[in-house]
Amino acid sequence: MTLEVAIRHRLGGFALDATFVSPDSLTALFGRSGAGKTSLINVIAGLIRPDFGRIVIDGQVLVDTERGVDVPRHRRRIGYVFQEGRLFPHLSVRHNLGYGRWFTPVGERYASFDAVVDLLGIAGLLDRRPHLLSGGERQRVAIGRALLASPKLLLMDEPLASLDEGRKQEILPYIERLRDELKLPIVYVSHAHAEVTRLTATLVVLSDGKVAAVGSVGEVMGRLDLFPLTGRYEAGAVLEARVAGHDGAFGLTILDSAAGALRVPKVDLPLGTPVRVRIRARDVMLATKRPEGLSALNVLGGRIAELSRAEGPIVEARLDLNGQALLARITRKSVSDLGIGPGSPVFAVIKSIAFDHRSLGLQSASAEE
Amino acid sequence: MIDFTPDELSAIRLSLRVALAATIATLPIGLAVALLLARVEFWGKSLLTVLVHLPLVLPPVVTGYVLLLLFGRQGPIGAFLADHLGIVFAFRWTGAALACAVMGFPLMVRAIRLSIEMVDRRLETAAGTLGAHPLWVFATVTLPLILPGIVAGMILTFAKALGEFGATITFVSNIPGETQTLPVAIYTLTQIPGGDPAALRLTLVSVAISVVALLASELVARRILNRTVAL
Repeated sequence: MTLEVAIRHRLGGFALDATFVSPDSLTALFGRSGAGKTSLINVIAGLIRPDFGRIVIDGQVLVDTERGVDVPRHRRRIGYVFQEGRLFPHLSVRHNLGYGRWFTPVGERYASFDAVVDLLGIAGLLDRRPHLLSGGERQRVAIGRALLASPKLLLMDEPLASLDEGRKQEILPYIERLRDELKLPIVYVSHAHAEVTRLTATLVVLSDGKVAAVGSVGEVMGRLDLFPLTGRYEAGAVLEARVAGHDGAFGLTILDSAAGALRVPKVDLPLGTPVRVRIRARDVMLATKRPEGLSALNVLGGRIAELSRAEGPIVEARLDLNGQALLARITRKSVSDLGIGPGSPVFAVIKSIAFDHRSLGLQSASAEE
Repeated sequence: MIDFTPDELSAIRLSLRVALAATIATLPIGLAVALLLARVEFWGKSLLTVLVHLPLVLPPVVTGYVLLLLFGRQGPIGAFLADHLGIVFAFRWTGAALACAVMGFPLMVRAIRLSIEMVDRRLETAAGTLGAHPLWVFATVTLPLILPGIVAGMILTFAKALGEFGATITFVSNIPGETQTLPVAIYTLTQIPGGDPAALRLTLVSVAISVVALLASELVARRILNRTVAL
């Protein structure tokens, strides 16, 4: 799937001016609240008609203001999962699910009711009313309802934002299954690093209505200049790795990445499984000599590639570890005390690692079956 | 059981027929005007609002007299309808129904308009993204959600029609069997010597019909509410 967006639109005092092309099946629109993420997908869905521009999905022109093309929302065949579910209160779960399906031309219905119900684990909810569902259940039904309209593209507007951590973990695997099993193109709006890292191939960073960056998660998350937009506190580098071995005695798993071996608490994944790990800048310390007598397990050697130029007490450093970018957040005083700068050899001491299955691993696994 | 005279029975039957006709005739127009007022911005909206609510504040006699001027045999609208379509309101039961419809109209519009304004429009947007044409969205989402308001509006109009007196008697007079509805019949009975027992009988009938109508509406409203209660 390719999604081409080039639009300009004014909403009161806010100007949306976004141009990007995403060739991947899962595109994330990332940015702080108020950056224009929801407005942008509302334009794609046909809920907002842009002042100028074009939207093309796989060669099909949905909007072209110059040629006067504006496909009405009910003919776009774009599924939309809203932040708050928006289930119809007067219909049972079963009829909510069937709603969009009924409006889909018979020849274009690819989603089967039973398969979707099964995929989302909502078979037990079918005869309930929406107000009797929990937040997580409601969101799964909302996803099912959008899917059963057999959309060509699925828009998800922070579908997990209203859920607690446990419920998020409940829904995320289902979204991965949409991406990997149904191969459904998805545009996913989020401001959460963990979700985006776990799900996405192409990341579009929005700021103040404009596209600040487009690229792979690894590329974009590794850019120091985007730190203010991606959120300093959660910001960090994303590394692609593989399961290289398990250390049964100490309950550890060894991951192999371009930057070197990483030890993490044991995960039950077969050898060779690709995983994507996220290492937050605030979890990385720097040392000029390989430290000894330290509890941290993961110490990787490399060079400083770039230091952010900040006035405040904090400096972000981009490291080059054998070609792999890693970010560290240190004080300006430390930079001065250690006497480091671009090119200095350093050791990165990693305090903690967040990781998730990587999309490619699941895809190739299902392809082999 | 109470024994009714043929005149009393015809008054009861007439009242029910007039109220029912007024309610049913008001519904589509009331729904359309309620939608217009709740959803569309247009020039002269306040004027329309005032016009719709006028019968609520005008003395019913005035409303009846205006109807007589407009829809009477010599009135501009009345003459036109009679000559071209053969519809006559003056001194017919249909005229009584028209008077009741006009008097009940503001109540119908108010009830429906309020329920339309309560509808979460984001649900309609969601229906649109699921492939529903705007007309289908209205039929499958908006309409079911405003059903309680529609039922409430119909009950109010029906009740208003049962009790309508001033506009009816002014517009279509007091003709037994044709325009003499329950309130008019009761009024007439109280004006003649020895009419009190009959007036009391019809009063009890009035009360009974109203109680049954209200109970029915309560029942329907509760069933609908159970079905449509939002999150």
